[in-house]
Amino acid sequence: MNFHRAKTLLLAAVALCFVISLVLKNNQSYWLYVSYDIGINIILAVSLNLINGYTGQFSLGHAGFMAMGAYTAAVITNQFTGSNPALAGAIFLGALFAGGLAAAAGGLIVGIPTLRLRGDYLAIVTLGFGEIIRVILQNIDAVGGPRGYSVMHSWTNFFWTFGIAAVTIYVILALVHSTYGRGFIAVQDDEIAASAVGINPTRYKVTAFVVGAFFAGIAGGLYAHAKSFISPDGFGFMKSIEIVVMVILGGMGNTPGVILAAVLLTLLPVGLDNLGDIQSLPGISADHPLSWVKDTRMVIYSLLLIVLMLTRPQGLFVFKKRTTA
Amino acid sequence: MTEFLQQLINGLADGSILALIALGYTMVYGILRFINFAHGDVFMIGAFAGFYLTPKIAAFLPTPSIWAGVVVMALSMALCAVLGIIIERFAYRPLRRSPKLAVLITAIGVSLFLEYAGQLFFGAAPRSFPQIIPVKPITGIPGLTINTSQIVVLVVTILLLIVLRFIVLKTKIGMAMRALSFNPEAAALMGVNTDVVISFTFGLGSALAAAAGILYAVNFPAIDPLMGVLPGLKAFCAAVLGGIGNLPGAALGGLIIGIVETFVGGSELSTYRDAIAFAILILILLIKPSGLLGKKDIEKV
Repeated sequence: MNFHRAKTLLLAAVALCFVISLVLKNNQSYWLYVSYDIGINIILAVSLNLINGYTGQFSLGHAGFMAMGAYTAAVITNQFTGSNPALAGAIFLGALFAGGLAAAAGGLIVGIPTLRLRGDYLAIVTLGFGEIIRVILQNIDAVGGPRGYSVMHSWTNFFWTFGIAAVTIYVILALVHSTYGRGFIAVQDDEIAASAVGINPTRYKVTAFVVGAFFAGIAGGLYAHAKSFISPDGFGFMKSIEIVVMVILGGMGNTPGVILAAVLLTLLPVGLDNLGDIQSLPGISADHPLSWVKDTRMVIYSLLLIVLMLTRPQGLFVFKKRTTA
Repeated sequence: MTEFLQQLINGLADGSILALIALGYTMVYGILRFINFAHGDVFMIGAFAGFYLTPKIAAFLPTPSIWAGVVVMALSMALCAVLGIIIERFAYRPLRRSPKLAVLITAIGVSLFLEYAGQLFFGAAPRSFPQIIPVKPITGIPGLTINTSQIVVLVVTILLLIVLRFIVLKTKIGMAMRALSFNPEAAALMGVNTDVVISFTFGLGSALAAAAGILYAVNFPAIDPLMGVLPGLKAFCAAVLGGIGNLPGAALGGLIIGIVETFVGGSELSTYRDAIAFAILILILLIKPSGLLGKKDIEKV
């Protein structure tokens, strides 16, 4: 994609988010909160796609980085008690950024020693790091330990969520398509050949890890201020898996597909949940309510996952083999 | 000193259970080179199979008794062996030539399916496991409390390890398993029926997981559909610690992690207990990525 066109698109997307957020200013609907989840999941999935998709490493610890960002941002904004909205916006942005930096630092600490490992080993080590972060958070009493931590300000709104999502998509795509970024794909395609032509695989892997972790941290900050309550258990192994599934179903290294998968997989459990509430619909008599869908929605979700992997292991939204990156 | 011995015995019992689960991971990894994430949930199904079978067995055999325990365990192992073979046949076999990640995600899907289906059918709340063997504390050694259940765990584990060793080293199918883990293509060319051997491996691993599930439930009689997640992950750490693909290594790794965990649980760092297996894993991968007993793999261009 043309660089200038991409920049225009980014600006247009951010402006659109701003307008929508003005329209939705006093809207408190359920679906608005669902849209925050969608935006946050897009950021998480796109940033993990840099690590898992473009660079070909397998990280199962994305929720751990998210947790670091969430707690850092929440601790910072909880200090703020003023009422100036302009200042609040600045502090929120600063807190998100600090959360991202904390997560990036975590990514660096995790990345340097472990990225010498390959494939499954890396997966299990990142999983281990995610679990260790969770257990450490459970042991920090200042942020509530296992009881969780309340976040005083619900500052996450449509503009921040999707504005940041747009920036994330732009930054990741620009990075991968830059001259420097070709190295990520080279590392994914063939590590040995890449190092033979002078690309340092470890450096690229660590870079991917740090950048991915940074955006995961920001997503964590948004999450904390959308839910106004965070607990270590919310950032467990299952959350990491959820993000990985979005990347795999979208197609590794296929950003539009990953975004679509993030939207779909956020809506799927919500949709099944709501389907279960439907009592009167033409064709559905009162004797056959759809409430069973509610109880079985997670079973349906897992079965769908298995079936999708069996039928389309290359990803849901991949239609042709990658020729250029 | 008695404190130390007490913790050591508790750790040995915990570690034996981890060792049994780790063996399943290591066997599958040795042959197919992939992490069977659903293995921890087969462990859970094993415990629940015991939960539902015990009342049925009680009609024929007095419970709690050793014989009832043996029958429940054997039936549950058989059931899980079949389950393991079915999982392999329908979820993993179609993907054998796909990228490894696709299989990994499918395994996660199977794991989620077993957990959520378990919550649906067994209920999400913890159930109390019936007493199938007589559990009473053994007195006599001053300062030590050893339960008969801990002795049972140790004895059963040792017996199963001996049987496994016999199968892998002395039988024809065991030889085929070793050949396959050495080089799948060459083994197939030598007339080894790969599909049968892989099915057998899954069955064997799942049976061991079921045994671990029963032993776990005998020792800690509260079972729930998510009970397999953490032991499963820790057992995988144990398999890597011992050197993945290496059977004695998996058993050794399980024992080490169980014992270290129990000692940490008894110290002032007890709240970090669940992180210790992962910390050990990361350390071993940094120092000796091939594991304690594993052989170094040289990657060829």
